[in-house]
Amino acid sequence: MTGLNKSTHSMELKEKLLSSFMVMEQDVDLAAPVHDLRTESLKTFEQLGFPTKKEEAWKYTSLAKLLKKDYSVFPKKETTLELKDVKKYFLYEIDSYKVVFIDGVYSPFLSDTTHDGIDVCLLSAALDKPKYKAVIDKYFNQVAKKDDSLTALNTSFAREGAYIYIPKSVVAEKPIQIIHFSTGEQGDFMLQPRSLVVAEENAQVQIIERHQSLSAHAVLTNAVTEIFAEQNAIIDYYKIQNDRDDASLVDNTYISQQRDSNVKVHTFSFGGQLTRNNLNFYQEGEHIDSTMKGITIIEDQQHVDHYTLVNHAQPNCESHQDYKGIYAGKAVGVFNGKIYVDQIAQKTNAFQQNNNILLDDKATINTKPQLEIFADDVKCSHGCTIGQLDEDALFYLRSRGIPKKEAKGLLTYAFANNVLESVAIPALKTRINKLIANKLGVDLGHDL
Amino acid sequence: MLTVKDLHASVEEKEILKGINLQVNPGEVHAIMGPNGSGKSTLSTVIAGHEDYEVENGSINFDGEDLAELDAEERAHKGIFLSFQYPVEIPGVTVTNFIKTAINASRKAQGLEDMPANEMLKKIREKAALLEIDSKFLSRSLNEGFSGGEKKRNEIFQMAMLEPKLAILDETDSGLDIDALKIVANGVNKLKSKDNAVVVITHYQRLLDYIVPDFVHVLYNGRIVKSGTKELAHELEAKGYDWIKQEHA
Ligand SMILES: Nc1ncnc2c1ncn2[C@@H]1O[C@H](COP(=O)(O)OP(=O)(O)OP(=O)(O)O)[C@@H](O)[C@H]1O
Ligand SMILES: [Mg+2]
Repeated sequence: MTGLNKSTHSMELKEKLLSSFMVMEQDVDLAAPVHDLRTESLKTFEQLGFPTKKEEAWKYTSLAKLLKKDYSVFPKKETTLELKDVKKYFLYEIDSYKVVFIDGVYSPFLSDTTHDGIDVCLLSAALDKPKYKAVIDKYFNQVAKKDDSLTALNTSFAREGAYIYIPKSVVAEKPIQIIHFSTGEQGDFMLQPRSLVVAEENAQVQIIERHQSLSAHAVLTNAVTEIFAEQNAIIDYYKIQNDRDDASLVDNTYISQQRDSNVKVHTFSFGGQLTRNNLNFYQEGEHIDSTMKGITIIEDQQHVDHYTLVNHAQPNCESHQDYKGIYAGKAVGVFNGKIYVDQIAQKTNAFQQNNNILLDDKATINTKPQLEIFADDVKCSHGCTIGQLDEDALFYLRSRGIPKKEAKGLLTYAFANNVLESVAIPALKTRINKLIANKLGVDLGHDL
Repeated sequence: MLTVKDLHASVEEKEILKGINLQVNPGEVHAIMGPNGSGKSTLSTVIAGHEDYEVENGSINFDGEDLAELDAEERAHKGIFLSFQYPVEIPGVTVTNFIKTAINASRKAQGLEDMPANEMLKKIREKAALLEIDSKFLSRSLNEGFSGGEKKRNEIFQMAMLEPKLAILDETDSGLDIDALKIVANGVNKLKSKDNAVVVITHYQRLLDYIVPDFVHVLYNGRIVKSGTKELAHELEAKGYDWIKQEHA
C-alpha cells in the first residue's frame, strides 16, 4: 500500500464499498421494499464520494487519514464475547433492555429485547417482516438526509441496528441500551449500523447508545440513527463516546419532532481517535422543545467535531444547546452550531452556548455559530467562549491547601459538570460523573 | 511565628511593597490599616503565596521556615489562612465539598488519612452553628450568588474548619451588617488561642471593638509607616489618613 497517495486510498475504499454492495445484494431479499432505496443511495454515494476538507461542513475535520486503512466491510467470522469481559461497558446497575451487536452482528446472548407492549429488536427483522412494513414505509429513511454522502452510504448498506417502537401513550418502563462492540477479530473494520426509533403520540423512552472497540485495530463506524417523536412524545437519548484511540466514529443522527414533543440528546465525548457528530433536529409542529447537550473531554491527538442543526420550521418552538469542551495535549475540538429559523417560525426561542477550556498550548478549538433567521419575532441567543482556567479561582483553591493539580481538576470538573443536571437516569449521571472525574484526575472519594 | 523582613514585591513589573517589616508572635492580634491602594491586600496575597507576585527582595519566615520556595498550598498546609477581600465564585463546587477537599488535602500533606465522614459532618455542623450558617447554604455552589456578607461569613467558616495558625482577614468586615459583624467577630474570638495569631486588615474601628488588636500598623505606599497599639486605630478613625500622607509625602 505504500507509495499510493491519499486520494488513491480513499478511492480504494470507495471502490471496495461499491463492489461489496454487489456481494451484499446477493445475500438480501431483492423484493424487500428498501432494495430500491439501497441502490439509489449507493448511486448518491458513488457520485458524492467521501467528504473532503474542501467542503465547508468538513473544513476542520479530515477523514483522509482514516480512509487510508484497508477495512473489512463484512465480518469474516462470527465472534462471541463473554459478558464478564464487557460488562463494564453496560450500565449494569439498572434494569434495562439491551440491543447488542458484535462486529455488526446481533448478539442474542448479550441482548435483552422485547415485543411486550413495545418493540425493542433488530432493524433487520423489521425490514424483512411484513408485520413492520407500515412503520418502515412511514418512517425508514424519511428524515435522514438524502444528499449527504455518508448517510447515503449507510443507507445503501442499511441492514443491522436497533429498531425501537413505542406505541401511543406507552412509557417504556426501563431504559434501552444499544451497544456496538468491535472485537478486532475482523482486522481493521468498517461498521455501518442503522437504527430507527419511533415514539408514537404521547409515548416516552430513554435510550443509551455506545460504540466500543475492544482491541488495537482500526475501526471506522459510519452510523445513522433516525428518531421520530410524534405529538407530545418525550425522548431522552444519551450517546457515550469513550472509545479506544484507534476507533473513529461518524455519527449521523436525524430527529423529526411533531407538535408538543420534547427530545433531548446528550453526547459525552471522552475518547476515540476522531468523532464527528452530525446531529440534526427538524421541528415539524408547534410548541416543540429540542435540547442538545454535550461534554467533550479529550487529549493527545484526539479530535471531536460537533456539527449541529436545528431547523425551526414552525412557530412557538424552543431549542437549547449547551456544549462544553475541555481540550488537553494536541486535541482538536470543533463546534459548528447551525440554527435555521423559517420565516413562519415566529416566537422561536433558540439558545446556543459553547464554552471551551484549553488546558494546553497545543490544543485547539474551532467554534462557529451559524444563524440563519428569516422570522422577525425571534429570541435567539448564542455565545461561545474559549479560555483557560480562572487563575483567581485556582489561587483561591490552592490557598485553602488544595494542590495545584487537584485544584485544576476540580475547576475543570465543575466547569463540565453542570451539563449533567438534565441527565434523567440517576445511575447514568453517576457513571458519567465518575468518568469525568477519572478523566480529570479528580478524587470523588467524598462524592462531589 | 511570622517574620516579614524588608519585603519588596511587585506585580506586572510594578513595585507595590517597598520594604515591609512585620513581626507577629503566637497569641497576638495585629491590625493593618491604611488608605486604598496602599498595598494591604498585596501583602496578604504575597504571604499566601500567589505566583503572580514577584518577591524582589527581603523574606517571609513562618515558624522558622523561609516561605520563598513554598507554593500556596504548602503554605496553607503549614497553617497560613487568608480570608479574601473578594472571595472567588466557583460554580459547580459546593461549600461542603470544597471544605472537605481542602481539609483532606491538608491531612494528606501531613501524612494523615482522610477525616472520617461522620467526624467531618459533625465538625461542619458545629462550625456552621458557630457562625449561624444555614445548612442549605452549605450545599450551594461556593460563593456563587452569595451576598457580600454571606461571602465573608463563609470565609470565616472555612477558617473555623481549617483551624490555621495564622489567619489574615482582609477586610472581612466590609459587607457585614452589625449583627453579622458580631457573629463573625465572635467566631474569630472563639478560635483565638495563645498558639495562633490573627492579622486583621480593616478600614474601620468598628471591627476592632470586637476583635481587639494588640498592635495596629499603618500601611502607606507599600511601607508600614506607623505602628502602635489600639489607640492608633481610634486616632485614625477620628483624623483620617491625611496627616500620615503628609508626613510621608
Ligand atoms: N494584579 C495586579 N496588577 C496590577 N496592579 C495591581 C495588582 N494587584 C494590585 N495592584 C495595585 O497595587 C496597589 C495596591 O493594591 P492593594 O489591593 O494591595 O491595595 P489595598 O491596600 O488592599 O487597597 P484597598 O483598601 O482598596 O483594598 C494598587 O495600586 C493596585 O492597583
Ligand atoms: Mg485590599
